[in-house]
Amino acid sequence: MTDTEDKAKADQTELLSFRVGTQEYAVDIMTVREIRGWTNATPLPHAPPFVRGVINLRGTVLTIVDLSDRLGMGPIEFSERNVIIVVEAGSQLVGLLVDAVSDILTVSAEDLQPPPEMLTEGPRTFVSALTIVQERMVRILDLDAALPATEIEAA
Amino acid sequence: MSTENDPMAEIRATFFIECEELLEALQDGLQAMEEGGTDDETINIVFRAVHSIKGGAGAFGLEDLVRFAHRFESVLDAARSHQLEIDGEALSILFRAGDTLNDLVSAARDGEAADPALTEEAGKALDALIGADAPDGDGAEEEEVADFTPMTLSLDLGPLDAGEGAEAGAQADALPAPGEAGASGGGMECMEGAPAPAGSGFRIRFRPHSALFASGNEPLHLLRLLDEMGTMTTLCHAEDLPPLGEMDCEESYLHWDIFLETTEEENAIRELFDFVEDVCDLTISPLTEDDMAELVRHAEAIARDEVSPGGTAGDGALMAGDAPGSSGEVASGKPEAEGSPPPSAQKTRKAGGRSVGCGRNEGGSKAAGRGKASGAVKAKPTVRVDLERIDRLVNLVGELVINQAMISQSVEKAGLLTNPEIDSGLSEFMQLTRDIQDSVMMIRAQPVKSLFQRMARIVRESAAAVGKNVRLRTEGEGTEVDKTVIENLADPLTHMIRNAVDHGLEPPEERMAAGKPAQGVVTLSAGHRSGRVVITVSDDGSGINRERVRQIAIDKGLIAENAELSDNEIDNLLFLPGFSTASEVSDLSGRGVGMDVVRSAIQALSGRITIHSRPGEGTTFTISLPLTLAVLDGMVVEAAGQTLVVPLNTISETLTLGARDIRVLGPETRMVQIRDTFVQLFDLGAEMGFRPPLESFTGKVVLLVALEDESRAALVIDGIVDQRQVVIKGLQDTFGRVPGVAAATILGDGKIALILDPADIVANSRHKAPNMQADLSLAG
Repeated sequence: MTDTEDKAKADQTELLSFRVGTQEYAVDIMTVREIRGWTNATPLPHAPPFVRGVINLRGTVLTIVDLSDRLGMGPIEFSERNVIIVVEAGSQLVGLLVDAVSDILTVSAEDLQPPPEMLTEGPRTFVSALTIVQERMVRILDLDAALPATEIEAA
Repeated sequence: MSTENDPMAEIRATFFIECEELLEALQDGLQAMEEGGTDDETINIVFRAVHSIKGGAGAFGLEDLVRFAHRFESVLDAARSHQLEIDGEALSILFRAGDTLNDLVSAARDGEAADPALTEEAGKALDALIGADAPDGDGAEEEEVADFTPMTLSLDLGPLDAGEGAEAGAQADALPAPGEAGASGGGMECMEGAPAPAGSGFRIRFRPHSALFASGNEPLHLLRLLDEMGTMTTLCHAEDLPPLGEMDCEESYLHWDIFLETTEEENAIRELFDFVEDVCDLTISPLTEDDMAELVRHAEAIARDEVSPGGTAGDGALMAGDAPGSSGEVASGKPEAEGSPPPSAQKTRKAGGRSVGCGRNEGGSKAAGRGKASGAVKAKPTVRVDLERIDRLVNLVGELVINQAMISQSVEKAGLLTNPEIDSGLSEFMQLTRDIQDSVMMIRAQPVKSLFQRMARIVRESAAAVGKNVRLRTEGEGTEVDKTVIENLADPLTHMIRNAVDHGLEPPEERMAAGKPAQGVVTLSAGHRSGRVVITVSDDGSGINRERVRQIAIDKGLIAENAELSDNEIDNLLFLPGFSTASEVSDLSGRGVGMDVVRSAIQALSGRITIHSRPGEGTTFTISLPLTLAVLDGMVVEAAGQTLVVPLNTISETLTLGARDIRVLGPETRMVQIRDTFVQLFDLGAEMGFRPPLESFTGKVVLLVALEDESRAALVIDGIVDQRQVVIKGLQDTFGRVPGVAAATILGDGKIALILDPADIVANSRHKAPNMQADLSLAG
């Protein structure tokens, strides 16, 4: 269904893991274009609250999504360590505002397990798979679902 | 051949680009004919366009296209030899054939198959035209022409693929050599005494208009080229020449009767005149016995009384370039059957005995080549460039503008502006940036003509579909608009034109009853107005039936039953989603997509659409668009701690609010008095959702903006920062439409600022409180 899953099937996948609040998430490293420090975003009027606004990424307008807010954990707590992970999903670039980047993980397909049934039936969690790395649970983010554009169109 | 694949594809691409131009010329010609210009030149233009397409298509083996173009061409040929009278019905068939040809070209380009049934239908209609009128012999001759198609190609495409000459060269070599060397050699000598048998040449009457000279062409060259094609005898008619004192040096007074004995085809001769045929009167007819007799008479007249050499200016001009080698008789005699005024001087010129046998064929193609060269003087030289390259340039210039803003800002920050050299250097830099910007934008600009021509077809098709008689009138075809805008306008315009034909115009009976001509007119116009492009679509129909519009809106629950709406507001109901006035859904328009789709398409181009209707007189839709989608002049302002850009062209005035300027109306609405009008105030920070509404506006700055419907609104801001050119960055990619925001831009400090759409902000705000009147005039 997603890039993450597809790649995972081909044996080993490299993931970029990052922290949102107290939880650890990851995305396929192939979708990551760059990581940059926090700069003030220009707010967009009448945008959903999880859209922090737009920033200038070398001449392009980049939308910033507060991943914490998007995942239903409230707006991110501001700190100097906050970073923006620029990911490419579909044809568009989006900046994910997260607390901090943690690690690059290599996992194989059999280490990934689907999220529990009860989660997929309830409110969306935007998690496509789970894996355990050094005793920590890492949630693999379903980028397509987490993107704001599709969400806005649906609304 | 396989290694030639690439250049071939390139030549092919060039051919299709050429086709587009030819189709455009074809449409122009047909349109001119529709407006009464059924003269030879116009028919020739159309003929030549079809012929060239056929020629090119033949070389690429586009069978369908060749076959249809050939049928088309046959009819045009009949028309140009006056065997076929072009009346209204014939014209509509020609128009349809033009559309079909267009379809076939597109189909060939995209490698698809065009609808054979439609093609056949149009083809049959064409055949029927000449089937009835054209003599049988004509068909046979045309077949022959078809066989010669490849030759036409090499001549037509020659200058295009100069770079890839190999292909074209091969084609040319393969040509059957028309005309056989030596065969007419004898004719040269016997010009005076024994004219060649009738039919082996042409009588050409050539009367240049003054425009021919104005466009840098020279009849003398043409005459020389003709001379190279065979044995030529020329009669110059100078009887129109006024006395020297009355002569206008830019007028054209002379015309020529040329008796040309040649083995060349008539087409070869026409080709010589390709580039001047719209600026001269040209008739070409096969040489008859009578012509020959006339020629002899002239020759005798010359012998009788030798007219003074250099009798007229025209004569002199002709002499000047002439090779005096030949017998060079000077004749005076009757010019034509009408022969009224005594000709002051005529001259019969005989071809020099050179260049007869060999190289005849070569001469022909050389002639065509030279013809092209002289034609190029007329049209400005152009370069075809990949759009991608231009876009790259546009982007780079955009970056330059941002960079320039950044430099200005940091220079200012460093406090260096006190240095006059830096200051003047910086403003020069700014000026240059702006000039480059403008020039680059001009490259992207295109006349709207091609768009309008597509619309002409829509009018024809939709008029036929609903059985109405409709004419499209276009104005301002030369108006230049950004290419992207043109491309994106096609759909909304198509929809509006269909609407105008289907809903706007009444059926013929109703029109007659209302005392209007049965033929409805849809007018499409374009022009520049105060820094924007304005395109209007209007019909002379019955206008909007406001009662019905109101009723439908009520029925559909779009407005409350007791809503008090002004005429303007009722008209604007048409733009509401899901509104359709057609009581029955017709095949043509009303497919569930309404004017709201048109409006959002226009808005996506940062444009605006307004409607204006008068009962019984018609409806006008006005689209106003920014000149470019890349840069705008903006006022940088601050509101609620945010930096925003307001397009400068929307701002008519700025002022600072004093406590006494503000009037309150109702619970929330605040107005400002500007001279003798009250204008509603909009709190920008609150409208954009940046902060709760302000308690007091006192001391705030107000931007007075003009809205499309002529009304005004006042935006309350914290302050004005700057006024500068900003590069437009679309938000569409990331977001779709953000209410009240047109686009974004990058400021000198690298931050993103939103470019506002004041009209949208006001509309959104009014939408929330619908029963609000913005502009109340004191004067009433």
